[in-house]
Amino acid sequence: MQFLFRYANPHNFMRLSGAVLPFTAIGAALALIAGIYFSFSVPPDYQQGTTITILFIHVPAAIMAMVAYSSIAVCSLLSLVWRHPLSDTAARAAAPLGAMFTVMGLITGALWGKPMWGAYWVWDARLTSFLLLLFIYLGYMALWSAIEDEIKAARAAAILALVGAVNIPIIKFSVEWWNTLHQGETITTGKLASVYVPALLTMMLGYFLLFITLWMVRIRTAILERRARNLMQGVAS
Amino acid sequence: MSSFGTLLLRDLRLAARSGGGAALALSFFALVATLVPLGVGADLKLLARVAGGVLWVAAVLSALLSLDRLFQGDFEDGSLEVIALSPLALEMVALAKILAHWLSTGLPLTLLSPLLALLFNLDVAPTLTLFLSLLIGTPAVSAVGAIGASLTLSLKRGGLILPLIILPLLAPVVIFGAGAVALVLDGMSGGGALGLLAAFAFGAVLLSPFAAAASVRLNLGG
Amino acid sequence: MISSLTAEKLACTRGDRRLFDGLSFRVSAGQALAVEGANGAGKTSLLRMIAGFLAPAAGRLVLKSAQAEITDAEERGKSVGWLGHHDGLKPQLTVREQLDFFARLYGRAPDASALERVGLARQAELPCRYLSAGQRRRLALARLLVSERPLWLLDEPFAALDTAGQGLIAQLMARHCGHGGIIIAATHDPLGLGNESLKL
Repeated sequence: MQFLFRYANPHNFMRLSGAVLPFTAIGAALALIAGIYFSFSVPPDYQQGTTITILFIHVPAAIMAMVAYSSIAVCSLLSLVWRHPLSDTAARAAAPLGAMFTVMGLITGALWGKPMWGAYWVWDARLTSFLLLLFIYLGYMALWSAIEDEIKAARAAAILALVGAVNIPIIKFSVEWWNTLHQGETITTGKLASVYVPALLTMMLGYFLLFITLWMVRIRTAILERRARNLMQGVAS
Repeated sequence: MSSFGTLLLRDLRLAARSGGGAALALSFFALVATLVPLGVGADLKLLARVAGGVLWVAAVLSALLSLDRLFQGDFEDGSLEVIALSPLALEMVALAKILAHWLSTGLPLTLLSPLLALLFNLDVAPTLTLFLSLLIGTPAVSAVGAIGASLTLSLKRGGLILPLIILPLLAPVVIFGAGAVALVLDGMSGGGALGLLAAFAFGAVLLSPFAAAASVRLNLGG
Repeated sequence: MISSLTAEKLACTRGDRRLFDGLSFRVSAGQALAVEGANGAGKTSLLRMIAGFLAPAAGRLVLKSAQAEITDAEERGKSVGWLGHHDGLKPQLTVREQLDFFARLYGRAPDASALERVGLARQAELPCRYLSAGQRRRLALARLLVSERPLWLLDEPFAALDTAGQGLIAQLMARHCGHGGIIIAATHDPLGLGNESLKL
């Protein structure tokens, strides 16, 4: 914990993230370029045809949407228990990224669904729980911006994030239950053929590095914004 | 009388005298139920088919109407400080308010539901299931709602943001509640769904006072 | 019964702003402390801190009784009688209902004589929405009396009161101190209790 906190000091964070940022950014770019190349050069799937390419964009987005929410939940816990201001900044900074990944997951899911199901939206269990996840992200961001006092907003948002973290697995379970009840057209994709693994893994790495990069940039921006505000307030008084 | 009972009784009295409470929620509930056939048509088969879902959604929305004032009134007029300093723990304060909200909205909605089910051409067995599911499930609506109400209690326009925060969290309640009715309509047993609903409600009523109390403490710090 | 309240090097921050720092004082049973200072100096924040609503950024508060030392904020709150900016009254409840609610909430038997002591006996059955600002403040004082708490935290106790009302509260405060209570009041006016004052 002590180790974590040393880098959780805004000053140290700026130094450390400044040094790491170029590497993660370049890494993300390389992995994504390679991943996209792999995605388009794989042989078509016997069942899904060339639409399998969509999955290489869809699956990592869906996973990152969950990773981003988990990051928010962990930061919120740190903030509530140890009152660390940087974890609030980090939690807030991750939310729009998570929402963006969720939207990407929903759009690519719908695009994949059209050839597979014959409709863009068939209330598939996974898509439906992601739609609810998107609303949870929107509510979280709305609460942050609705409360003016930043400290209060941070703690309220942290409580909401943790309530959401407890609830998301239940929502996921209930939506799956609901789907079996209404005989939805969920297609269970079998085990991924080994020929597709490199493409998926590279894309996953690219998405992950992209998330880390953008997250750090957003945290840095928030810190700089606060510093600038403090400076201007100092001048005014 | 205990502190808990005193607070519960006062909140019920306030709900009864504000003219908002039950009457408003019930009218809204009935009104939404009336608008649906106007929207989807008067085909009795179709109405029976959608009744469970429609009435559940309408019940959740009706319960939301009075939710934003759950803590806000006491926060704005300074009562909340006095209540917080009483021997009653804030968790119990939250529980009393959840109970008062349920007694003044969730329970009346449940009692009215058989009448609306009749308008939706629902048979006896599914009507009974709907009634039971509302009886079991509406406490969860009040409980989860209390978290949202406590998080937005300092906001002038908290009523706008509250539904956005809590409706996604209430998806399981609607799913299991309406699901039970759908199962019975298909000639199956709704017991499993009602069990899941009861588990969710139990968890929500047990845990949400802690989240709500934490959030009230945070707001009292201001 | 409590014997003293001690503040040790209290600090208060709101956002990035430090309101006060290194604040130490001690109030013994039977004494009053007037907290003075310009608007925004942190008078209300100090009261909220003593009540346990607001956590100090540094330092601690100790409430001593004959048996024990209380440092826990929530525990300390159980000794506090609170009179804030707002009176905490519901327009829909009558004066008596309102007072009985507070008494029972605090585990006390309803006591109609408190209304007489603040001069609201005639208004007992009147809904609070018809009270004037001064009468509302008097009802809040009656609430303070029925709560029977030793540590009174008063935020601008003289606000909204006419001369007679100010005389009444001065008399109630003197009585409270006379019975071994402690008063900490944020105020612009002198308390007239031969008390010490703290400048923020």
